Amino acid sequence: MNAARRKRLYLEDLTVSFDGFKALNNLNLYVDPGELLCIIGPNGAGKTTMMDVITGKTRPDSGTAYFGDAINLLQLSEAEIVAAGIGRKFQKPTVFEQLTVFENLELALAGSRSFLKTLRARISPAERKRIDEVLDIIGLSEHLGSLGRILAHGQKQWLEIGMLLMQNPELLLVDEPVAGMTPHEIEHTAELLLSLAGEHSIVVVEHDMHFVRSIAKRVTVLHEGQVIAEGDMDKVQQNPRVIEVYLGV
Amino acid sequence: MPSSMSSPSYGILGHDRGGAWFLAILVLVAVAVPVLNLAVPPSSAIHLSAFGITLIGKYLCYAMLALAVDLIWGYCGILSLGHAVFFSLGGYAMGMYLMRQIGPRGVYGDPILPDFMVFLNWKSLPWFWYGFNHFPFALAMMLVVPALLALVFGWFAFRSRVTGVYFSIITQALTYALMLAFFRNDMGFGGNNGFTDFKDILSFDLHSDKTRVVLFLFTALALGASYLACRGIVESRAGRVLRAIRDAESRTRFLGYPVESFKLWVFVFSAIIAGLAGALYVPQIGIINPSEFAPINSIEIVIWVAVGGRGTLYGAIAGAVLINYAKTYFTGVFPDAWLYALGALFVLVTLFLPRGIVGLVSTNRKTAAPLRVQAQKA
Repeated sequence: MNAARRKRLYLEDLTVSFDGFKALNNLNLYVDPGELLCIIGPNGAGKTTMMDVITGKTRPDSGTAYFGDAINLLQLSEAEIVAAGIGRKFQKPTVFEQLTVFENLELALAGSRSFLKTLRARISPAERKRIDEVLDIIGLSEHLGSLGRILAHGQKQWLEIGMLLMQNPELLLVDEPVAGMTPHEIEHTAELLLSLAGEHSIVVVEHDMHFVRSIAKRVTVLHEGQVIAEGDMDKVQQNPRVIEVYLGV
Repeated sequence: MPSSMSSPSYGILGHDRGGAWFLAILVLVAVAVPVLNLAVPPSSAIHLSAFGITLIGKYLCYAMLALAVDLIWGYCGILSLGHAVFFSLGGYAMGMYLMRQIGPRGVYGDPILPDFMVFLNWKSLPWFWYGFNHFPFALAMMLVVPALLALVFGWFAFRSRVTGVYFSIITQALTYALMLAFFRNDMGFGGNNGFTDFKDILSFDLHSDKTRVVLFLFTALALGASYLACRGIVESRAGRVLRAIRDAESRTRFLGYPVESFKLWVFVFSAIIAGLAGALYVPQIGIINPSEFAPINSIEIVIWVAVGGRGTLYGAIAGAVLINYAKTYFTGVFPDAWLYALGALFVLVTLFLPRGIVGLVSTNRKTAAPLRVQAQKA
């Protein structure tokens, strides 16, 4: 609570334990508005647990999590957190395989979710414009009529990011976006995330160091539920503690 | 792919060539049947007998039932193995009206009580029979009773997140339980004999050809209207949400859609179509009894849909009509072989025609192609 209150996300003193194992151990982490933050760390460092706490899937044993200055994430349900403006992209791409790219984005549009309203819903010009914008951002304008299932792996990942963007979230949580991608797709994903930073705050969890280096201005290293290093990639890679954790020296 | 294909603002039949064919054939049949029966003299070779009208009317009722199942199974992944329940309840509601219409013309001549109640020595009409002498009330019950049961049953099942095969099993249990209940004389629905010996509907003689033709036309109208209503649902954004639920339920929930509520709406609507089909079936066939609730009946509906082509709506109708025509034919020629033939057909279609019969002729990639994957997953 002592940090200047102008951050997008505040995680303070978070502790989560599963049967005595501390997945998060007094974690402190802040995200600036419009920042692109990369989080790295070995398996079991607590990266996914941290995402789960932010999205309301897991409740911490202690600590605080604020979205902006006023929104206490620990008091909101998963759906309320989504509505408040936090979008999460899971590791495994899950788009609707039997719907077209356009229809996938349509269902992700902000708006009423009730059966009767969707029964009569027509796409407004503003909504159509938003879909076209997002199609352009994710580079799938040419594929708007393709079924989700025929997309390449990378395209599915971009479509899912596009579905998050439809709701215009202030904070995007992106879990291992480039796992399984070709070098070409990785390059595109880097461009995509860089273009989104500024307008959105983005937190990326990733193992691919080359990718992290290509996008991150600030890198946070997690280990055993704590932040052990922070800073730009070069600084982090020279940190003796990081070298020890990663290389086991 | 041309962008016209992705535009979601197509008309209701804009990309539904199968549906357009179906409606054209339906109109043709609706014109031909009255003409061949009423205008062509009985001596003519092309005269359609009263039996023929009833038979075609029966196929159309089954087609509505198949449509109801395809709406929830093909588009929302809800495999109901108990849809005959809603059909039968609609039929029983119609049957209660028709029983009251008999009035004093029954064997025992009681002006109020149907014959079976006199036979059971009942002195007065049970409360749940009140009002069924009025057609508007009875009509409302034909739709409300199936809808209410679907609402209550679906609410519990979907809220508890009962899905997949577990849902199918409890729907089988539902139809079996209702069959046993309706077999009991104490229930007040005529026990194992059910209702029969109907005389007239809205004062029109049920045995006259003209009444049969009119009933047939109402059935054709109801089928066409149900088809358009279902098509309207599946082509709307709500329909895309239903398909999203079918393919990735938790992902849909994560997007903020109340999955249980969508399932409940469409399940209730499907039950209403099934109830209406049953209500139209009973005056044409002339009998309703608890065997309509038999678990095998509900399973047969699913076979019609699978054989015709799941997830197309018109495929379900084609399957219902073709299989029931085959059933009429084969049970006449080889009565013992029919169930084996049906089973073999189901296995062969599942193995070699995962998109059903309509998949053979369909050229519409958008509706046809995805179903192959569906069939393999199932």
